[in-house]
Parts: sequence; C-alpha cells; structure tokens
Amino acid sequence: MSIIHVPLKELFARQPWIADYFATHAIDATPFMTMTFAEAADALDDDRFSELGTDRAQFVSDFVLFVEQMQGLTLASRPRIRSLTVQPGRDKDGMPEPEGVTLCTGKVTAVVGPTGSGKSRLLEDIECLAQRDTPTLRTVLVDDRVPTDDARFCTEGRLVAQLSQTMSFVMDLTVEEFLTMHAESRLVTDISGTVSTIFEQANALAGEPFRRTHPVTGLSGGQSRALMIADTALLSAAPIVLIDEIENAGVDKTKALGLLVSAEKIVIISTHDPLLALSADQRLVIQNGAIRKVVATSDEEPRELLRLRQMDEVFSKIRNCLRRGESIVG
Amino acid sequence: MRLITVAGPPSSGKTSLILRAAAILKQGARIGVVKFDCLTAPDTAFYRAQGIPVKAGISGGLCPDHFFVSNIEGALKWAEGEGFDYLITESAGLCNRCSPHIKGVPALCVIDNLSGVNTPKKIGPMLKSADLVAITKSDIVSQAEREVFAFRVRQVNPRATVLHVNGITGQGAFRLAAWLDKATASSSVETLEGELLRFTMPGALCSYCLGERRIGEDKQIGVARLVDFAD
Repeated sequence: MSIIHVPLKELFARQPWIADYFATHAIDATPFMTMTFAEAADALDDDRFSELGTDRAQFVSDFVLFVEQMQGLTLASRPRIRSLTVQPGRDKDGMPEPEGVTLCTGKVTAVVGPTGSGKSRLLEDIECLAQRDTPTLRTVLVDDRVPTDDARFCTEGRLVAQLSQTMSFVMDLTVEEFLTMHAESRLVTDISGTVSTIFEQANALAGEPFRRTHPVTGLSGGQSRALMIADTALLSAAPIVLIDEIENAGVDKTKALGLLVSAEKIVIISTHDPLLALSADQRLVIQNGAIRKVVATSDEEPRELLRLRQMDEVFSKIRNCLRRGESIVG
Repeated sequence: MRLITVAGPPSSGKTSLILRAAAILKQGARIGVVKFDCLTAPDTAFYRAQGIPVKAGISGGLCPDHFFVSNIEGALKWAEGEGFDYLITESAGLCNRCSPHIKGVPALCVIDNLSGVNTPKKIGPMLKSADLVAITKSDIVSQAEREVFAFRVRQVNPRATVLHVNGITGQGAFRLAAWLDKATASSSVETLEGELLRFTMPGALCSYCLGERRIGEDKQIGVARLVDFAD
C-alpha cells in the first residue's frame, strides 16, 4: 500500500521524522492525525498551497520523494564500498603518472609529500570519483568497477567524510545537544545510546576530559578533534574518511586511527608526522602532482614504530606532568 | 543560449562559486554573467579580472526580484548579441520569499554552512524550487555540521541535487561544472517570452511601495496585512 494511504498517526509512530515534512511546510499536523496523507492533502486549502509555492499534486508527490530520500539516509542504507582503485593519470608536466593505488576498507593509507605536491588534488579525484575528466586525468574505480553517474553526482558528499585542522564547530550547542542533533539527522533509532557511545569514545581519545554539558564551540583543539573523530567514525555514513593532519592536537593518534579502522572505513591521512605515516598500512609518496611510489609498511618498520610510540609517550607524560604543576626531575 | 539562474543569500559565496565553475566551462565555451543587485555590485570587478564579460543591474528603489523579471529577457538578448554559449544570472534572494527561478531553466541555489541549520527552512522558494543546491564554506565546519546542514536542505528540497562546493579551494567545482554542462545541454533558451516563474512573487501594492514614508493607519492604502498581537 502506498505510504499516502496510511493513517498519519501510524506513520508518525513508525517514523517520527515524517513530522518534519509538515514542519518544513509550516503546517500543524495535529488536526490531521487520524487521516491518511492523501486525505490531509485534500483537506488543506488551495490558498495554502499557493502560499507555499506548490500545488496539491506536487505536495503529495514531494512527500513520497521526501520519505524515499529520508529512508536513503538511514544507517542501514549507507553506501558500502570494499575498495577504491586510483589508476594513473598525468603529473603537473603532463608526463605519465608512475603509480596507481588500491585503497581497502579497514586499511589506513598515509599520503606523504611536501606542501603543493598534489595531495589535495588526489583527495579531490577520490571525492569526485574522477573518470579521466579532471586535470590529472586519473580514473577511480569503486569495487573494481567504473562508478555510475548516480554514484558520482548523487552522493551529496556522503561518500567522503573530511577532517582537517581548519575545521571547527560553529553551532551554539552543548556536546550532548550537538551529538543528538547529528544522530537525529542520521535517523538513528537509539539516539541516547549512540550519543553516549560517541561521547565516551571521544573522551577516551582526548587528552583532557570534557563534559556532555560543555558547549562545542568552547572545546579545546584536542577535544574538538577527538569529538570530530569519534563522531565521524560512529555516526557518519561516509565509507571513506580523509584526514588532513591530526598531530599536535593532544589526541591519542593511535587510538583515533584504530577507532576509524574498526568502523570499517577506508582511511586516508595526509600527514608530515612520522608516527602517523608509519601507523598506516601503506604510504603514498606524492611529487609534482603524481603518485611517485606506493610503499607498503614493511615487517621491520613496526619495531621502529614501537620506538617512536615510546618517545611519543615520553612526550605526553612530560606534557601531563607540566600541566599538573609537577617537576619533571626526580 | 545555455541559461542558468543562480540565487542565494548575500555573502553565501555565489560569485566565487560561479567563477570556479566558469574557469572550467570557459575552456570550451564563452560565458557571460549578469549580476542583479540592490544597491551596488562591486563583485563585477572579480568577473572582469577573470576575463568574464559581466553586466550589472541595480534595482535601487524597486523590489529586486520584480526588477529581475522585467530585465531577464533583456539580459538574454545581450548575451545572444555577444555570442555567448552560457549566460549565468546571479541574484541575492532578498526577502527570502522570492525566487528568480524559471520553469525549464536550470536553477541553482547557493547556501553556506555558516548560516545556521535553520536557514534552509527560512529561505524558502529560492531553495525549495532549485534544481541544484550548492553548499559552500564546508572547509571550516565539522563533518557533523556539514551532514546536519545537508540533511536540512534535503528535507526542504528532496528533488534537488546537493553538492558541496568550496569557492576558496575550488573543491567540488569540477562536479558543479559537469552538472551545469549536462543540465543546460538539452534546454537551450532563445526567448523567455511566455515562460513561467517557478514561484509567485510577493504582492507589492501598497502606499509604501509608492514612496510613502510616514507611519500610520491612514497612510496604509492598498494591500496590508496586520499581525494579531492579542492572540
């Protein structure tokens, strides 16, 4: 049975977000609760529709579209990808790019290279699933196949989540309100449970703990980054996460990558930090707009990594020591 | 003529976004821009600096959207005379009750992440009736805020294609240009005579429309609507 012939009361109980359709049209739904959507549309004045810049038929067809679109946003229907393959294009001088690369779910790829070497260009090729139609002439395959036009243009930024140092929170909300709002927009069923999990994970990543009642705009750099990472890992629908530098923010970097990987994301991190670069499964060396080399993290490197982690721990210990007002000697 | 109407609140990034798309489109086509504005149009200098022919229409004391409708055919004739392939019109939807979008002409709404999550509900027809909604300033807000904002846009306009485009870095410009090319490929416009606006413009027929400045009940002649403050 079409959704327009189900009593509103029943629809609202099943999918509370349907009420938003009425809210966005500034219509109070209360008097129509016992009717079906089709009956409610019939009961509304013609004037009402012209005021809204629509007509009855469009009001009904938009409703059906609205429900379809919203259902497409639920966690269950998020885009799933196993791998992305970047096939070589051209470098900045038009010479053939030496290497391509395959990125897999649950794996971390570090992108290393000096500023201006073409890291952003690569990230953008991935974001728009380039088909030899961007300046680099690269081709990006999804699960070894050429993506459809729909996949390329109708994802409204749901394919790739991005985290960079320039990003900050701008909403005037507490941590709890903020996470609740995001969970609502993802049409999550267990909102308070989801909010608690993200809150706890974010606190586990942040150097300094924060409360649920803390305004998001007042969080420190490290706390903001920790909250963004936990939120992206657990609530964002995007199967690919691009991270631009998380160092120096007082965030537990190893745990942060672990959280994203466990959420079955394809993680791409652009970094100058040796610890992060070596934590990745592979690293891409970018020069003059092209992938010069793809280096898989070798078996010996983790040992070096261990040494780096120990050094990093020494640094954080000293940092915390100083913060507590203690002396670092003795 | 490949005609596109672009609308969005002031400072949402319309000009930067058009410049980004134009830089890609102009590799194979000639592009002209008409900027409709209320008081001044300093942005025309940015178009000239990029070598894009531009005309400004300043509405001054007139309702800017009514002004747009009276001048759109003239703009089209200018573009035809200049031999452009694309004509892009840019206007700020000024009272949030208007929309310059025309049936059969690809319509773009530009809205920025910083304007607040309730903005999609507030700006009405120019967003609601758009074919493509470009969300700007995505590089400075969190992923969660981008997702909530796009969700709110989608709630108001489930029909539109939603794209994140960054006017500063150019991220997303390629997809925008590809969309514009595709959307206008099959909708060549020779004249707009007889075409329909997508949305009725607000009634503007009272004494204040005609230059009255004094406040008072006896000065309100024509269409006036009063708020019931006792309610």
